Amino acid sequence: MTLRARVMLTLGTLQLDVELVVSDAVVAVVGPNGAGKTTVLRALAGLVPIDGGRIAIDGRVVDDPAAGIRLPPQDRHVGVVFQEHRLFPNLTALENVAFGLRARGTPRAEARRQAAHWLERVGLPEVAHLRPRALSGGQAQRVALARALATEPAVVLLDEPLAAVDTAARAELRRLLRGELRRYPGARVIVTHDPVEAAALADEIVVLEGGRITQHGPLAEVTARPRSAWVATMVGLNLLAGTADGTTVALPSGQTLVSPTPSTGAVFAAFRPNAVTLHRHRPEGSARNTWPGHATELYPAGDRARVRVDGPVPLVAEVTASAVAELHLADGGPIWVSLKATEIDVYPA
Amino acid sequence: MRRPRRGIAPVVLAAGALALVLLPLIGLAQRTPWSTIGSALRQHDALLALRLSLECSLGALALSAVLGLPLAWVLARYRFPGRSLARAFITLPMVVPPVVGGIALLYAFGRRGFAGRWLYAWTGWRLPFTAGGAILAEAFVAMPFLVITAEAAFRSVDRGSEEAASTLGASPSYRFRRVTLPAVAPSLAAGAALCWARALGEFGATITFAGNFPGTTQTMPLAIYINIESGNDGIALALSLVLLGVSLVVLVALRDRWLGVT
Amino acid sequence: MSTRPFGRAAIAVVALLAMGACSSSSKSSTSAPTTVGATPTTAAAATTTAPALNGSLTVFAASSLTGAFNAAKTTLATSAPSLGLTFSFAGSNTLVTQIEQGAPVDVFASADMANMNKLIGAGLVDAPVIFARNKLEIAVAPGNPRGITSLQDLAKPGLTVVLEATGVPAGDYTRQVETQLGVDITPKSLAPDVKTAITAVTSGEADATVVYVTDVAAAGSKVVGVTIPDNLQPAITYPIAVVKASHNHATAAAFVQSAVSGDVQEALIAQGFLAP
Repeated sequence: MTLRARVMLTLGTLQLDVELVVSDAVVAVVGPNGAGKTTVLRALAGLVPIDGGRIAIDGRVVDDPAAGIRLPPQDRHVGVVFQEHRLFPNLTALENVAFGLRARGTPRAEARRQAAHWLERVGLPEVAHLRPRALSGGQAQRVALARALATEPAVVLLDEPLAAVDTAARAELRRLLRGELRRYPGARVIVTHDPVEAAALADEIVVLEGGRITQHGPLAEVTARPRSAWVATMVGLNLLAGTADGTTVALPSGQTLVSPTPSTGAVFAAFRPNAVTLHRHRPEGSARNTWPGHATELYPAGDRARVRVDGPVPLVAEVTASAVAELHLADGGPIWVSLKATEIDVYPA
Repeated sequence: MRRPRRGIAPVVLAAGALALVLLPLIGLAQRTPWSTIGSALRQHDALLALRLSLECSLGALALSAVLGLPLAWVLARYRFPGRSLARAFITLPMVVPPVVGGIALLYAFGRRGFAGRWLYAWTGWRLPFTAGGAILAEAFVAMPFLVITAEAAFRSVDRGSEEAASTLGASPSYRFRRVTLPAVAPSLAAGAALCWARALGEFGATITFAGNFPGTTQTMPLAIYINIESGNDGIALALSLVLLGVSLVVLVALRDRWLGVT
Repeated sequence: MSTRPFGRAAIAVVALLAMGACSSSSKSSTSAPTTVGATPTTAAAATTTAPALNGSLTVFAASSLTGAFNAAKTTLATSAPSLGLTFSFAGSNTLVTQIEQGAPVDVFASADMANMNKLIGAGLVDAPVIFARNKLEIAVAPGNPRGITSLQDLAKPGLTVVLEATGVPAGDYTRQVETQLGVDITPKSLAPDVKTAITAVTSGEADATVVYVTDVAAAGSKVVGVTIPDNLQPAITYPIAVVKASHNHATAAAFVQSAVSGDVQEALIAQGFLAP
């Protein structure tokens, strides 16, 4: 089942223009808060109208403002798992899971049978006769998953499914989600702000920032080669942008960077924080990337520490605790940064 | 142990307020010929009034529900110009003197009323002097109680549940039946109880619009009035106690809800 | 510990008020007034110079006396300028109940002896005097669209008739005639007084009602009267009496006198009442 969507809409100050194609891969839509991730999801589900664009599920157009088509949510066959389970409080877990089936006309006995099967599949056959208020957050979210999948929708949308679940239950729920999503034969889209969640559940990442897609691709590629500051922070890499001419990359501040590979034009340069070494005085030696800066913040982390360096080339460095002591980094002040060219990954922007 | 001096004035005034409410009830209770209540209630006219009151008040509740619930839904969920005005109008019968309501109903639905005359011309039916007229008069004054409660309830329904239901494939009517209604049922029940109690006790609009005849339009409040006026205290008091008892039961049952409704 | 006296004070206040309520007016109201022997005196009793009408006077009068008494008030405004008259009109039975409950009133004018007898039996009024008579008349819409010619016609099916409730003189008089004629009229509603009954006809809700000739006259062109022959008329006598608890006995008696043969009587005749 393939979901092809172009979602264009304005919500308050947010102008959204997103194009998505989801078929075999589990897609995670990530991005900072306010980027419009949840709005995209709601638009796909039909809970929010789009101003322009087109949404088609398996070739069937469910939303097309220009052609005057707009199917309400109940006719789209899109299953949604919300952040706050949204189970019906007056129904038991079994009745909740059976709800979608009954709403579509399945006779009661058959609906209950299928619901019981799904509850077993999410590992909670024993809660069938409990009301939602008697369930823990993790259990409720599992029931919500069963409820959404029970109707076998063509598209499954999950909006921050683990966010409201406490950390203890989260790992287990994540495992369940991965298993169920992997084998589900429909289009699957997850919205999350948690990189761990994205990494665990998704095959492809779509990065949404300010209503636009800034990057998309297989998980490995996106995480290895970020194309925006947000993604870089998410994966924990330093990211610089510049113009390459051979192995020299001109940085905006006037400094230059020596790249291990030649290239031309606009490029990104990514490197890990622990590839950076810090010195109080300008270092001599083989490292040809050397820049001045100011050590501003210090984040101890066990036997290592992260140091924020401001200046012409802003970055985050990771050093040992002894280096912190030797260099008196706690005092801040002027510092020199050095980086081996071989540690940098330069790629076209 | 020292405690700060508390003023006595509020206590005295509070006692006065309580007295204002309790004394008429005490007056009623001490005048009632308790030994003859049973036989008083079994008198033909008293039985007629009891049964008629029950039928008409339930009819008024049904009418209020059929018309008032959709109205409450529209007021709660739809936006349209003049919505707050509509809301103000619907509460009018709550503040207008019931007799005025009765007169207004006559001008609208009486045999010569601007709406009633068409009904009479086309079908020969009339509302004044019929039990239907009594039901209409009672519904007129009691419906606002149901509408106000229901609107508040519909407005407070969790939209999230309704959205979830729609994504699961529920049509709007299925959603309403299985998600919205169960959520508002307790509030609706409270509103219905208030509506029914108000309809049961209605006098001014009923006697003015529907008239007064045993078995057709002489509900309990009218029977009480007529009997008091004729000096038949026995029946009047017995019926009064029945009405009082019913109202008390309704209010006690709703005491927690009621304080939150208005 | 310091709040206990206050709690006791509150309880005392309520108890005092409750006792006061219980002690006042505890006369039993279940006794039916016995037929009274007191024969009301008629107008023949000699009246010399009418005593002065001054001060304030509250008169409870049957509904049917509304027009006449209000007209009398206008006359008395000039002939007895120091008199402050307040009327309360309602069905006679309603007024009796109010007087029994202790309403402050000086004079009571009823539309029948049955109601006056209740007050006589309770010892609340002085000996009454008959001051007027009346006749029943059928009131119908202008043009008499239903072609009603007699009381028997009112029993026809399909007619909307309004009569007065039990205890209201006009209603009782009508039922008296019904019994006499062997006619059974089923009204659609029982009005608490003649004014409400006649309004039902003028508003178009009812086809006919039975009220007094004076009411039909007072309604002017809004109704048309259908005469009930004299041989079928009940004896309709209006008694008037001074209420014993009156604060202004002299003026009350003077008013009663005027009702029998004075300004008030003249107003009554002018409105269509018959001399006592």
